[in-house]
Amino acid sequence: MKTEKNDIKIKVCMGPGGIATGGADVIKVFKDDLASANIKAKIGKGCSLHKVGCFGLCARDVLVDVIVGKNKTTYQYVKPDMVPRIVKEHLIENNPVSEWTVGDDYYSFYNKQIKVVLSEFSEVDPEDIDTYTAVGGYEATKKVLTKFTPEKTIAIIKKSGIRGRGGAGFPTGVKWEICRKVESDQKFIICNADEGDPGAFMDRAVIEGNPHSVIEGMIIGAYAIGATKGYVYVRAEYPLAVERLTIAIKQARGKNLLGENILGTKFNFDVRLKLGAGAFVCGEETALIASIEGQRGMPRAKPPFPVHSGLWGKPTVINNVETLANVPYIIRKGADWFSSFGTEKSKGTKVFALTGKVKNTGLIEVPMGILLREIIYDIGGGIEGGKAFKAVQTGGPSGGCIPAELVDINVDYESLAKVGSIVGSGGMVVLDDTDCMVSIAKFFLEFTQAESCGKCVPCRVGTKRLLEILDRITAGKGREGDIELLEDLGNDIKLSSLCGLGQTAPNPILSTIKYFRHEYEAHIKEQKCPAKVCKDLIEYGILEEFCKGCGACLRVCPSKAITGEKKKPHIISVDVCIKCGACFDVCKFKAVKKE
Amino acid sequence: MATLTIDGKTITVVEGTSVLDAARKLGISIPTLCHHPKLSPYGGCRMCIVEIKGIARPVTACTTPVSEGMEVSTSTPYLEKLRRTILELILSDHPNDCMVCEKAGDCVLQELAYFYGLRENRFAGERRIYAKRDGNPLIERDMEKCILCDKCVRVCDEVQRVRAIEIAYRGFKSKVCPPYERDLDCEFCGQCIRVCPTGALTGKKWALKGRQKDIKEVDTICPYCGCGCNLTLNIRKNEIVRVTSKEDTLNEGWLCSKGTFGYHFVNSPERLKNPLIRIAPKSSEFGVRSSELKEKLQTQNSKLKTQNSKLFREATWDEALDLAAKRFREIKEKHGHDSIGALASARCTNEENYLFQKFMRAVIGTNNVDHCARY
Ligand SMILES: Cc1cc2nc3c(=O)[nH]c(=O)nc-3n(C[C@H](O)[C@H](O)[C@H](O)COP(=O)(O)O)c2cc1C
Ligand code: SF4
Ligand code: SF4
Repeated sequence: MKTEKNDIKIKVCMGPGGIATGGADVIKVFKDDLASANIKAKIGKGCSLHKVGCFGLCARDVLVDVIVGKNKTTYQYVKPDMVPRIVKEHLIENNPVSEWTVGDDYYSFYNKQIKVVLSEFSEVDPEDIDTYTAVGGYEATKKVLTKFTPEKTIAIIKKSGIRGRGGAGFPTGVKWEICRKVESDQKFIICNADEGDPGAFMDRAVIEGNPHSVIEGMIIGAYAIGATKGYVYVRAEYPLAVERLTIAIKQARGKNLLGENILGTKFNFDVRLKLGAGAFVCGEETALIASIEGQRGMPRAKPPFPVHSGLWGKPTVINNVETLANVPYIIRKGADWFSSFGTEKSKGTKVFALTGKVKNTGLIEVPMGILLREIIYDIGGGIEGGKAFKAVQTGGPSGGCIPAELVDINVDYESLAKVGSIVGSGGMVVLDDTDCMVSIAKFFLEFTQAESCGKCVPCRVGTKRLLEILDRITAGKGREGDIELLEDLGNDIKLSSLCGLGQTAPNPILSTIKYFRHEYEAHIKEQKCPAKVCKDLIEYGILEEFCKGCGACLRVCPSKAITGEKKKPHIISVDVCIKCGACFDVCKFKAVKKE
Repeated sequence: MATLTIDGKTITVVEGTSVLDAARKLGISIPTLCHHPKLSPYGGCRMCIVEIKGIARPVTACTTPVSEGMEVSTSTPYLEKLRRTILELILSDHPNDCMVCEKAGDCVLQELAYFYGLRENRFAGERRIYAKRDGNPLIERDMEKCILCDKCVRVCDEVQRVRAIEIAYRGFKSKVCPPYERDLDCEFCGQCIRVCPTGALTGKKWALKGRQKDIKEVDTICPYCGCGCNLTLNIRKNEIVRVTSKEDTLNEGWLCSKGTFGYHFVNSPERLKNPLIRIAPKSSEFGVRSSELKEKLQTQNSKLKTQNSKLFREATWDEALDLAAKRFREIKEKHGHDSIGALASARCTNEENYLFQKFMRAVIGTNNVDHCARY
C-alpha cells in the first residue's frame, strides 16, 4: 500500500487551452483538497502535482491525468467543482469516476500522432530543469560539446533532413553550415518565437510546455555555428512563455549550461530575451533583426541574408521554436531515427494547431506526409455536428484553402505548395458547409492588410484594395469583373512585394477563387451567399407554419426586431433586424429561416 | 570586378555595385521613386524591379548587387505590367490635384504617370485624409501626397543625422511624422524637401510663388558662412522664389536652414543698398549700460524705417569711403596705428578675408586682426 500512495500523480493541463478553461483553479482545488484529504485519508507525501504543458486535445480541457501506480486515468472537461469528487472517489475510495473519464475517441486522437517535440510534455515540469534532465534533457548538449566538432554536429542535422518549421522550410543544417563558414569575430543565433498568425499556438505550447528543449536547441546551434550570444524574440502577448523562458534560462545558467566555460568545455554562450510588441511582420527575419536593434520592424531586401549579415551586421542564424526544439532529439536519437519519419523531402514530424469545425481541436504532432484525411477524420474525429467537410485552410494568412475533394493529399511542403497552399507555421483551420469562402478570404486579408508594415507599395496599398473589393463582394455590391481583378491584382502583389508577407497575402483569395469560384460568382451575380454567412446578403424571417409562438426568439433579440403574441406566429421586422442570428440559434422548432 | 549583361549589353563594374547603378552606367534608365544615390537602398517603391535569369521572382535593381555572369532584363512586358499596377496603386491613394500642386512639372510621380499613360484607375478606393496641417513655420508637409518612399526619413537620419521623422503606424495607415505626430521641430535644413519625389514636402514660403517651369536659375555661393555652399537661386519675375543646390557641387546639393530658407533679406525693403552717414550725435550713447543700450537700439531699429533720416543720411560710396579714410588717418595720427584693431567675418570668402588682413597690416599698419569665429 505504501508504495502505491507514493506513486500518485496528478497532472493538470496547463497549456494554452487548459489555462483558458480554468486549469489554475482546478490545480488550486486539487491542492486544497489533497491537503485536507492528506490528514484524513493519509495519502502520503509523495503525491506530486505537476503543471504540465499541452496535452493536445484543447477541446476537452481542462484535462487531468490521475496516475495511481501504473494506472493512468484521464478526466476531461474538469471544472474545479468536480475535483472533490475525483479526490474522494478515485483517490480515497480507489474508484475512478468513470462518467468523467475520456472515451475511446480520445485515444484515437493520439493514435495517428507521433510525438517528438511534444513527446515529453507530460513528464516535464516546465519550471523545473531537473524534470527535463530526468528524461534525458541536456544529454545532447553534453554529447555535442564534449564529443562532436561543430562540423560533425552540422553534418548530423543535415543528415536528419530537418527543414525550418517557421514557414519557409529551408534546410536547417544547410543554414547552419553557411553561417559556420562565414568568418566573423561575433555571431548570433536567434530563436524566432514571434508566432503571430491568427489561430497558431504551436510555438507557444512548445515554450510553455518544454522551454528547455528550445534552449538546448539554441546551445547546440550556437556551438555548431560559432555563436556566443543568442536571443529569443518572443511576443510580449505570451506572458507565460516569457516567464517560463526566464525561469528556464536562469536554471540553465545555474547548471552551467549557459554562461562561460559551459560544462568545462571553454564554450561560452548565453541567451537573452527580447520581447516583440505584437507585429506579425516582426516574425519575418530581417524585420525581427531590425526590431532587436531598436529600429522600426520593417523587412529589408535579401541578399544579404542574415547568415552573412544579420544582427548588428554579424552572421546570424534565425530558427523557429519548433525547429530548435527538434534539435536535441535529433542529436540524442540520431539523424536516421529522425529521418525515418516523413517523406523523401519533408522529414520528421510537424506540430499543427488543428482548429475549426472538427470534433477534436487541439495541438497535434504528426509525421510529415500524413494524409490530410487522417488528420481530419482520424485525429480530428471528423466534422462536428454531422455537417459536411468543405475545406481546410493551412498556413494561416500566408496559406490557402484546400477543398474537400483534395482530402487525400499528403501533408508535406511540396504537396501543399502544389495545390496552392503551404505548411507554413502549422495553423490548420477546418471549414464546413456553413463557412463562406469569400468571408474566410476576407478574414485573412483583414489581418494581413492591418499587419503590412507599409514599406512597399504592392502590399501596403494592394492588400487594402483587395480587401475593399472583398468588402463590396460580401456586401452584395460586387461588380462584373471583380473576380478577375482580384486574381490579377493578387498575382501582381505576389510577384512584386518585398517580403514574405506581401508575397503570400493574396494566397487565401487566390486559392478560394481557384476552388470555390462559384461562391464568388453567387455573391456578385445573384447577390447570394451560398453558406448564408454574409450579413448583407441574408434575411431572417419566421415560418408561420412552424412557429409555436413560444417567444424564445423575441426574448433573445437584442434589437427588439421581433413582435408577436404568445402562441401566435411571430414576425421579424426586417428594417430593425441587425442580423445577429440569435433567433435562428435559439428557435427549437426550426421556425426561423435564413436566406 | 564583375561582368554582366543588361538588356543584352555587357558591362564590367566593381563588385558590390547595384544592378541599378550598372544599368545607369550603360545609359539604361529604370524608373525609381524611393532610390537616391546618396542614401542607403530601400526597395520600397518596387518600380525598379528587373528580371534576372535563374531567379524566379523579379528583384529590385536598387537592392540587388551585381554578380559575375548575371543576365538582367529591365523592360519586359511582364515587368512593365507589374510597374503599371504598382503606379496605379500609388495613384489610387494620391490626391488628383496636380493642377494646384507646387510640384507639378517637377514631380517624379507625375512624370511616371504621364509615361505610363495612367488616366483610369482600376483600384480607386479609400484615400488617406489628414485634416491637420503641420504648424511648423517653414516646411509644408502634405502627407496625403506622400508615397512613403522613406527618402525624407533616410536623408534626415543618414545625411543630417537628426532623425526628426520616422514612419509611424502600419500598412495603409503608415505615415511619416515627427514623434507623437507633433509639429515638426527640427533643424529645418530642408534636406527632406530636396529629396521628396512628390509634392508632399515643399517650402511654406514658396507657396504660390511659381512652379519650376517658369524658373530662371542663377548659381551663386551662400553668403552665410565660410563653408561656401553652392546655391542655385530660383528666380521668377526678378524675385527669388526658392533656393536649391545642385548635386555636382562641393556641398553635394545639401544645404542648411539658412541657405535654404534665409534668402528673404535679398528682397527685403529694409535691406541697405547705399552707404549711410550718421548725422545724429552719438556721444550720448557712451556710458549707458549695455542692457539699456540694447533696449534703445531695439526701439531705434523698429523705428528705423521712419526715423532713419533723423539718424543717418544717404551718401555716395565715394563720400562714405573718403569719410572712413579720413577718420582712420586722424585716429592713427593721434593715437598710433596700434590703436586700431579689426575683426573679420566668417561670412566673407577667403579672398575677402585675405584682402582684409592685408589692408590692416599694409595700409593701416597694425597686426590687431582677428575673426568673429573666435568669439
Ligand atoms: C510575415 C512573416 C512572418 C513570419 N513569422 C514567423 C514567426 O512568427 N515565427 C517563425 O518562426 N518564423 C516566421 N517567419 C519566417 C521567418 O522569416 C524565418 O524564415 C524563420 O524564422 C526561419 O526559421 P526556420 O528556418 O527554423 O523556419 C515569418 C515570415 C514572414 C514573411
Ligand atoms: S511586403 Fe508588406 S510587410 Fe513586406 S515589406 Fe512590403 S509592405 Fe512591408
Ligand atoms: S514625404 Fe516625400 S520624401 Fe518623405 S516619404 Fe513621403 S514622398 Fe517620400
